[in-house]
Amino acid sequence: MEVNVKLFATLRDGRFKEEKANINENTQISDVISKYNIPREEVKICLINGRDADLNQILKNGDTLSLFPPVGGG
Amino acid sequence: MKVYRVNMSKLSFSIEDVPERWNTLGGRGLTSTIISEEVDPTCNPLGSKNKLVFAPGLFAGTKAANSGRLSVGAKSPLTGGIKESNSGGTAAQRLAKLGVKALIIEGMPKDDKWYTIHVHKDGVNIKEETELLGKGNYEVIHTITSRYGENTGVMTIGQAGEYKMSTANISVKDPKGHLRSAGRGGLGAVMGSKHIKFISLDDNDGEGIEIKDKKKFDEAAKIFNKGLLRHPVSGEALPKYGTNVLVNILNEAGGLPTKNSRMGRFEGAEKICGETMHDIIVDRHGDTTHGCHVGCVIRCSQTYNDKDGNYLTSGFEYETIWGFGAGCMVDDLDIIAHIDHECDDTGIDTIDTAGTMMVAMEANLLKWGDGEGILNLIKSEIKSGTPLGRILGNGPDFTGKAYGVLRVPTVKGQTMPAYDPRAVKGIGVTYATTPMGADHTAGYSVTANILKVGGSVDPLKKEGQTELSRDLQIATASIDSTGLCLFVSFAVLDFDEVFISVLDMINAQYGVEWTKDDWNNMGKYVLTIEKEFNRKAGFTKNDDRLPEFTSEAIPPHDAVWDISDEELDKVLQF
Repeated sequence: MEVNVKLFATLRDGRFKEEKANINENTQISDVISKYNIPREEVKICLINGRDADLNQILKNGDTLSLFPPVGGG
Repeated sequence: MKVYRVNMSKLSFSIEDVPERWNTLGGRGLTSTIISEEVDPTCNPLGSKNKLVFAPGLFAGTKAANSGRLSVGAKSPLTGGIKESNSGGTAAQRLAKLGVKALIIEGMPKDDKWYTIHVHKDGVNIKEETELLGKGNYEVIHTITSRYGENTGVMTIGQAGEYKMSTANISVKDPKGHLRSAGRGGLGAVMGSKHIKFISLDDNDGEGIEIKDKKKFDEAAKIFNKGLLRHPVSGEALPKYGTNVLVNILNEAGGLPTKNSRMGRFEGAEKICGETMHDIIVDRHGDTTHGCHVGCVIRCSQTYNDKDGNYLTSGFEYETIWGFGAGCMVDDLDIIAHIDHECDDTGIDTIDTAGTMMVAMEANLLKWGDGEGILNLIKSEIKSGTPLGRILGNGPDFTGKAYGVLRVPTVKGQTMPAYDPRAVKGIGVTYATTPMGADHTAGYSVTANILKVGGSVDPLKKEGQTELSRDLQIATASIDSTGLCLFVSFAVLDFDEVFISVLDMINAQYGVEWTKDDWNNMGKYVLTIEKEFNRKAGFTKNDDRLPEFTSEAIPPHDAVWDISDEELDKVLQF
């Protein structure tokens, strides 16, 4: 199945902004992070379809996964 | 320390001792105390009974990093309530070095003449000013710097302040000779009503800062400063991308108010986001990171150049880029930077001017997405003080009334900033209940709602939001009294030793023995006197409500505002 992966801020360095990823059933967010060689501690915020998600949440076909390092402002 | 008091009715000046009860007050705590004690809450904000108070924070001029924020207070012509607006720049540290705990300006000249105030170690000089009337803030700062020398602080109003517009701000010269602003609440109009074009500050031979236990203070300051650099948000993210890194995360989370809060996502987000801005700044040899005051280690500010590599603007913030960008459907960062420059020069708040432009688009004065049109309205109408400019310069509520627009994104007359209250509910509680009118900085629930700092509270659910907002409003009122930049909060919230170091610095500097309870009580005290001022000014609990359109669902999550009036009424009951 296919999911849309979006990276932001420093996670883009040497990688990409947005990419379609082919994944197996029962793939967790943490598996996708590993697939792109992103150190786990660099990911602070995970959203699936714009909602808060845990690293062990399982992705569904057509999901958008957005990953952020620690960011702030105001 | 001492208080400098200027009376513009008599054109006189006095130096007063600091009342003992003001000893451990600074910044917002002190401006709100003075306004509460000395200003009639029912007065006309642009009349002789209002006062304008400038106060450095408790730590101004010390080795504590990020301690140079300046608080400015008055009764607000925009909200009709009490106002504290704070700013970076070099003024707070100069006042502290002069030993001035507060500069209070009262009264109003009886004639039509305009004046300037020069602040120095022996007091102030009040002089008539003619040369710089009608000039923008950049020209004022450059002229005063050449008139008095590089090492001179400046606080100034642009044309909007001279016109007494409710969105007029007060700008403060920054270390690079550009400007920062005490933006919100129309304090520039209060300064204009007193016919003061600018205030210059010469801190030469000032008496300096008194610290009771210097060794203890220095030890605590070292822990505090290291903590700011160790936190990934204040140590890495803010220096690299500035505040505009938030465009993408709010857009992804569905909380980026787009087209006057009709949608939570903006198609043009990638074109105006912090990552794109960072690359443009590097390409054009701008400056991706600098501090708004000496001693800032977070350095979230930047210098944005135009296509030819010439200076265009600085302190180019997320709120500004959201407001004129997603809020007005403009996806061109260069035009937004030009708009920011014109707002700064004219002396108008970017958030309230963006809210006004959204209302102008509702009224078909402009088409959605017309960035050039916004720029033209500011340059040709607001800056020139035309009849249309005077309507727009008085903010979104005034413009909405003039054009019969119902969809006006304000609370207490002040524009809701860059987080939709339905999709980021904790910030909605703050917009509704803070005494300041809609203000994200008064209790920045975006931390736990979106950024996962200081805990985690689901932004789309109502559970936990009122407690989150209350706790942050209390903590913020205390932080604002220290003169620390609000961005120290990321480390203060997440690292115990950084919070303790703040208490240790207060105890060492002022010879007191504050505990965590005293810290919380300071925040509660500030909020209580501010609420009381507003009550006497005529506010009721019905003013602590969001605009009616927030009952409509906002995509992509179809979120609605579902925190009840009864829940809101309890938020600041201590």
